[in-house]
Amino acid sequence: MSASTQAPARTASGEILEPPKETTHSSWSVRIALIIVIAFWSLPTVGLLVASFRDSVATRSTGWWTVFTPGGFEGLTIDNYVQVLEAGMGESFINSLTVAVPATIIPILAAAFAAYTFAWMEFKGRELLFVLFVGLLVVPLQVAFIPLTRLYINLGVTNDFVKMWLAHTGFGMPLAVYILRNYIGSLPREVIESAKVDGASHFETFWKLIIPLSVPALAAFAIFQFLWTWNDFLVALVFMVNNEVVTVTLAELVGSRGQDWHLLTAGAFITMTVPLIVFFSLQRFFVRGLTAGSVKG
Amino acid sequence: MGNAVTGLVAVLLGVGGAVALFWILNFAAERMPKQWEERFKPYAFIGPALFVVGIFLLYPSIITVVDSFRTSIGTADEAWTLANYNWLFTDPALRDALINNFLWILFVPAGAVSIGLLVAVLADRLSPTWEKVSKSLIFMPMAISFVGASTIWLFIYAWRPPGTDQIGLISAIFQGLGSPLATPIVQNGTLRLNTFALMIVMVWLQAGFAMVLLSAAIKNVPEDTIEAARIDGATEIQIFWKVTIPQIASTIVVVTTTILILVLKIFDIPRVMTSGNFNTDVIANVYFDQLFTARNQGRASVVVVALIVLTLPFMYINIKRFRAQEAAR
Repeated sequence: MSASTQAPARTASGEILEPPKETTHSSWSVRIALIIVIAFWSLPTVGLLVASFRDSVATRSTGWWTVFTPGGFEGLTIDNYVQVLEAGMGESFINSLTVAVPATIIPILAAAFAAYTFAWMEFKGRELLFVLFVGLLVVPLQVAFIPLTRLYINLGVTNDFVKMWLAHTGFGMPLAVYILRNYIGSLPREVIESAKVDGASHFETFWKLIIPLSVPALAAFAIFQFLWTWNDFLVALVFMVNNEVVTVTLAELVGSRGQDWHLLTAGAFITMTVPLIVFFSLQRFFVRGLTAGSVKG
Repeated sequence: MGNAVTGLVAVLLGVGGAVALFWILNFAAERMPKQWEERFKPYAFIGPALFVVGIFLLYPSIITVVDSFRTSIGTADEAWTLANYNWLFTDPALRDALINNFLWILFVPAGAVSIGLLVAVLADRLSPTWEKVSKSLIFMPMAISFVGASTIWLFIYAWRPPGTDQIGLISAIFQGLGSPLATPIVQNGTLRLNTFALMIVMVWLQAGFAMVLLSAAIKNVPEDTIEAARIDGATEIQIFWKVTIPQIASTIVVVTTTILILVLKIFDIPRVMTSGNFNTDVIANVYFDQLFTARNQGRASVVVVALIVLTLPFMYINIKRFRAQEAAR
């Protein structure tokens, strides 16, 4: 940093020259500090990935890092993945998809309608009702489990997946309304007014104008909600009686086979595949979704 | 596979049903006399969303508060009581869990924000490509579930008796340095060391989130304020503390409270890594144990009431912030 404490260089005409972005020795200290943080942040995942490809003998006898020493490639295999998929993780993977996809799509339309109404229609209690949604963003989900379990019994809802879709729709709704209202509310007034002048009803404006214009916000919410339901553990633990999702299966493996690291590492990596694919392929939307959704409790 | 087909049907029914519902609501509204139509329509359009949060969040909150004053719920002996509250304030195990929650609240948001800020500032000085790569690597854990992250770190903390080959990175480092660990880290409750070991997992998960928001805020700091300080002879470190930090303070507050709310309800990490044993229990896990192991719905409810009370200030802050945003629009 000391380089920048000197007076900035000036050209003959007296203009201040921007210091070059990568000045030699300050940028080396920056790089070293960053490399340390990045190593600390990446090593856990790298170790998991390496270990998941080493057979049980290798994993049990030496650390995963020995793979980088001479002869370390011995005992590399994909058997762990086959074994853990057959031990229930494969079925759970499909179950997780079955939970997450409908739980992501179903709330969107109701939320978008509410968001449009809050943003562009005048009615009594508008602010109060929206404040209700903002307040509910941080309500702990634990409030819902006992009352909803009773409600499901009284209504005769016994299918694990139906229970999950309904619950996630409810839990995701405040956030969906919040994100979409902020976005739809920021659309230019002239666009909405002009539709009105052309004689479009609210219903038509919504379908022909608002939905197409809101695609970025819809995508941001969808990604957040999908990852949230995919990675959820607690809601599945409470409501799923006859089926398991990947997080629950992994947690059970940790409990029952806590020393079989060749299986646990492979199992953990399987649960991470879908979120990581979303992360690397849709990073822009992913960042937007997570930052917009971060207010959720 | 049968379930996947059901899922597909659910998507079609859910979306189709919603479209049909709004079409019917709109159709009904348009058949009304003009002044009624204008009045009814907004409520018809927010109705479904309101109904859903009413059933899944509002109604359960009320029931939970009522349940917290009941004992032997669902049996013939069900009755009103204050015993649950008495338990809440006097149970030593619960107090221990609250101390752990307090430590989580104290250290995790601060840790994640500090590291996020450090990376945001440092990465800003790299070339655009390297900035992107390093930020991606720090942010990546955000994609991983708490259960997955717990498994990853249990592997890092894996422990064998001293002298044998270690397969966990931390145990191997300590053994390599000549001071092997006598007990597994997650079981070592001395000075609540194990709670800190669990908290590292959360910092690892959340630092990327802090970094992304703080980095955006730092890039919004006007260049001329920094340039002016530089001309006045301020060092880079002075500029950081006296120019940059005050201008990103509101983002720091938002990030800190967001992580704080998350940490308040932390459940998955202690559940998977220790099941709350070895003095690492937290209130959300006490709730779970009361509900499913002790099968005491009254006590489980009173723990949730405590959680609600703890989140109320943040609810208030959120609403206040929202109102301020609205006023500024």
